[in-house]
Amino acid sequence: MAAPVTIRIQDADFDIAAEIDALSHGRSEIGAVVSFTGLCRGRDDGREVAALTLEHYPGMAEAEIRRHVDTALARWPLSAVTVIHRVGRLVPGDRIVLVVTASAHRQAAFAAAEFLMDYLKAHAPFWKRQERADGSAWVEAHQHDDAAAARWEKQ
Amino acid sequence: MRVKYFAWVRERIGKDEDDFEPPAEVRTVGELIGWLAQRDDNYAAAFERPQVIRAAIDQCHVQADAPIAGAREVALFPPMTGG
Repeated sequence: MAAPVTIRIQDADFDIAAEIDALSHGRSEIGAVVSFTGLCRGRDDGREVAALTLEHYPGMAEAEIRRHVDTALARWPLSAVTVIHRVGRLVPGDRIVLVVTASAHRQAAFAAAEFLMDYLKAHAPFWKRQERADGSAWVEAHQHDDAAAARWEKQ
Repeated sequence: MRVKYFAWVRERIGKDEDDFEPPAEVRTVGELIGWLAQRDDNYAAAFERPQVIRAAIDQCHVQADAPIAGAREVALFPPMTGG
């Protein structure tokens, strides 16, 4: 059976336990579930952040995530994958992104979750704008995010 | 051809999309960026550092040398900062 894939881009918060349960319930072949949750930080580069606003490219964002999920499915023996990315205005402590991977054994689930996050950061069309005490500004892309994605190409 | 803009590219231009038929000599994404930069001061500001602009054709990432012939939708945007 093809591994079920859930990809959602939404304003609303998500419930991590409910998402893990939805992906693994009744699937006795699954022996490992790994989840990564990205949160809105209250400080960035030593400056206080009051809020983030996330913009995305509707249509392409979903398609690009799907392309990376398909790559992960071809590379590791995964039983299920869920990716949820929030958009809109978020404040420190809010959840931004969730990646859940399930497999028979932990190695594939850990590796695929890390691979998906590295690719999402570098290639999925989302942009963050920070609200700070000194005004608001678009977040600059980090070179290390490109490097984190590129290292998966060498392995 | 629809051209879409995101993040600070969208803000500097002052709108989120255009419909254009670029002249025939504008063949690649890089040439499209150069052509747009000459339209007015807003476009010039959006594309003042063309080397940092990322692009997609019909919702797939492409490089600056990608041909635009046949494209329905071209998107121009800064490096991505999601996740």
